[in-house]
Amino acid sequence: MLLLIVLFLPLAAALLTYVAGNRYAGKVALGLSVVELGASLALLPAYNNADAFNISFMKEWIQNPHINFHIALDGLSLLLLLLTTFLVPVIILSSVSKEVENARSLYALILLMQFALIGVFISMDGFLYYIFWELALIPIYFIALLWGDNRDKEFRNRAIFKFFVYTLAGSLFMLLGFIYLYQHADGFGVSELYGLNLSDKEQSFLFWAFFVAFAIKIPVFPFHTWQPDTYKEAPSAGTMLLSGIMLKMGIYSLLRWLLPVLPQGTLTWTPVVLVLCAIGIIYGSVIAIRQNDLKKLFAYSSLAHVGLITAGIFTLTREGFQGAVVQMLAHGVNVVGLFFAAEIIFRRTGTLEISKLGGIRNVAPVFATALMILTLASVGLPTTNGFIGEFLLLYGVYEYNTWLAVVAGLTIILGAVYMLRMYQHVMLGETKEATHSFSDLSLSELAVFVPLIVAIFLFGVYPKPIMQLAQPALETILNYSLR
Amino acid sequence: MRTLIYTSALGVLCMLAEMFNLRRFIVPAAVAGLVVIFALNTQGWGVNQGFYHNMVMVDNFSVVFSGLLIFLTTLILLLGNDFYKHEHAKISDYIAVIVFTLAGAVALVSFGNLAMFFLGLEVLSISLYVLAGSKKKDIKSNEAGMKYFLMGSFASGILLFGIALIYGETATFDLRGITNYTATAVPSVLFYAGAGMILIGMLFKVSAVPFHFWAPDVYEGSPTLITAFMATVAKIAAIAAFYRLFSSSFLSAIPTYAWVLSAVTALTITVGNFTALNQDSFKRLLAFSGISHAGFLLMGIVGIYGKTDNAVFYYSLAYGIASVAAFAVAIIVAKHTGSDKIEAFNGLAKRKPFVAVALTIAILSMAGIPPFAGFFGKYYIFTEAVKSGHLWLTVVAVVNSIIAVYYYFKVVLAMYTKEPDEAHFTLKPAYSFVIGLCVLLTILIGVFPSVFANLF
Repeated sequence: MLLLIVLFLPLAAALLTYVAGNRYAGKVALGLSVVELGASLALLPAYNNADAFNISFMKEWIQNPHINFHIALDGLSLLLLLLTTFLVPVIILSSVSKEVENARSLYALILLMQFALIGVFISMDGFLYYIFWELALIPIYFIALLWGDNRDKEFRNRAIFKFFVYTLAGSLFMLLGFIYLYQHADGFGVSELYGLNLSDKEQSFLFWAFFVAFAIKIPVFPFHTWQPDTYKEAPSAGTMLLSGIMLKMGIYSLLRWLLPVLPQGTLTWTPVVLVLCAIGIIYGSVIAIRQNDLKKLFAYSSLAHVGLITAGIFTLTREGFQGAVVQMLAHGVNVVGLFFAAEIIFRRTGTLEISKLGGIRNVAPVFATALMILTLASVGLPTTNGFIGEFLLLYGVYEYNTWLAVVAGLTIILGAVYMLRMYQHVMLGETKEATHSFSDLSLSELAVFVPLIVAIFLFGVYPKPIMQLAQPALETILNYSLR
Repeated sequence: MRTLIYTSALGVLCMLAEMFNLRRFIVPAAVAGLVVIFALNTQGWGVNQGFYHNMVMVDNFSVVFSGLLIFLTTLILLLGNDFYKHEHAKISDYIAVIVFTLAGAVALVSFGNLAMFFLGLEVLSISLYVLAGSKKKDIKSNEAGMKYFLMGSFASGILLFGIALIYGETATFDLRGITNYTATAVPSVLFYAGAGMILIGMLFKVSAVPFHFWAPDVYEGSPTLITAFMATVAKIAAIAAFYRLFSSSFLSAIPTYAWVLSAVTALTITVGNFTALNQDSFKRLLAFSGISHAGFLLMGIVGIYGKTDNAVFYYSLAYGIASVAAFAVAIIVAKHTGSDKIEAFNGLAKRKPFVAVALTIAILSMAGIPPFAGFFGKYYIFTEAVKSGHLWLTVVAVVNSIIAVYYYFKVVLAMYTKEPDEAHFTLKPAYSFVIGLCVLLTILIGVFPSVFANLF
């Protein structure tokens, strides 16, 4: 029952926020999203890790085709649910501190997005999952389109449209994949699909129907071309939603709907996928090093990071899976912080060009500290949350293939290069024209960084709860994937 | 049976209203009449009986499709009062002809005999020729009426030829008789030739490629309300008739024409879509996208062996409702800006957010994005196609669904990101009602598809 509330509360909150009007929308949305966080945390005591899916709700939704409204939690879903409910209030808070045009629509859309995202993470029926997956696209499209920072409007329209078409294209082939599976399984449920025996040939082409959808969302090289422009053009709230949570939809879906359903297909194409990931890692990092635009830099670094996560998953090892989950959460937290930092810089200086920035540390020491922590976490320094995930991922990749591990290991070195270079150029040195009246963090801005930084250190020093929660679920998925 | 009689009677009453100078009440009266007929129509559920020597069949298929057609016509009539405000003297003519068209459409979904089928088709078509040209002083409307008439009668001729050949072979017009004949005897070439000609005639009526050239010009030239009527009621009736013919009497002809039908379907979806890409008139855009939608509906006929009537009906329902909403918005916008162009939608979100959101939902539904009704329509159609082994056709359809987003979103972009011009905007209650109802249904049918997905 509580799970139903957790799912539908954001939808109700979206309506309430819209009704509340522009003046109070921000506060109402923030308040309700915190309530939602509380509600999702209240699931923890009831959750029993030994007995997965002990929190669930199932009701027949559509008779023909046989579709159930089946939502349930295992460790993996629970973690992503918590990531969502944790990040959304932070994201809302990050835009409350600035004037927003037509605020009620923006916050209602963010909450609608949360509804869809939660739905994706807890649906255990493939069809229901697909509906939420597509539903998530509508609010983010409008958020990115309408509240984007005011630059070249035509360019923005094109960039956001590209994003929409790309993701929709992927999704439709996934739908076709699901329809095909249904003809054999007579159902969309996890239990029906996980037990499915398909011929190698079928699995081989079905793999791509699903993988392309996920690869576009994640994004895996070469399906990433929508990403940098979209991240840049979207308002920071949209970018945070996209990079912090939406991207995890793709990674999560690999674990939930691809590997265990099509083990043979996965096995056939693993080398190809891993090569793509390796290319993505190098490509993202190299471009990030040469990047002059702050948001684009973070976008490309994100590409490198998720390349490693995807590689970890496709090693089909316990460590790879664990690392992927830990890193998924860490990346969610860090990237939201980084994009918020970019947003603050943009608000104060009106530019994101690294060459025009510099010396911010001299005038805004608190902000400089916060960004330092985020930078280090992103690089994967021990005691930050980025370390443990990256370590496990590399270990997993190493187990699979040494050479691949060498390539993947580059991500750490290159990551350090572009992140520290960024920090140096933006924060250190002489203050420039754009930055010398840079004011330090306001209280509400600080309130965004504090929970993020707490999470960074908490799970950097003590990642055990995450790993324990994920363990049984990943074990099950691994067993099905190696079937 | 009663549905057909009462609908025709209502049409006559509408004409009489003019004689008694009751023009002001004609739209409310016609709407009320249709509501009553809708209610009476539901009583035919489960009857499954033939009337007048099986001329008219009342079965669940006819009841359900008649219900949909009556409902859509009611919505369109509701828009009529305002639409014909400036020609109020002739309003009873328009309304009466619209109701007669409905009578033809009802006959088309409930015939049990080829004679009745042809009668229904001609009543529908001839009424539509008149309606298409009903803006007498507009040269484009004249062109639309003329073009539609010429092409339509040509198709009717082919169709009639086909029916004659079938009669020559089977010595009956009765659908059951033909079915029995094909079950017992081995049909000769005559039968296949006849079935093929009927097929061509029907493909013409549903504006399938390569018989689609009339559609855009006719759609563009006709008064927008009539375009909405043609795009929804006429198209759905034709598809339903198509299904009715080829799921019973001519089922045995399907294998012969399977590849033709598949190719035509793939072409219809693709050509409709690609031509829609370059349109800058919203009406033409909807016309071409309507061609592509007809292609999706044809997918249901391609897989007819799998009993696809549920899928066809659901898709028709979703498409019909969304189209009425889209056309209603188009009428409003055209009235205030005087233009059919997509630029006329610029900044609509700022001027009338309700209308913009409604059109967005209608468009999302047509584009097949969940949770709206159109998504499930596509889903059911795709499923039937995959089930009947037409995987490649489904892939074509999927690719086209992606392309369709491109032109649909041109409108969305115009509404949300462009600056509005000065046009003052008022919304008549009838329009708010129709648009609101369509949007509500689009969402409800999408969230609870079971209600309409398993009727047969």
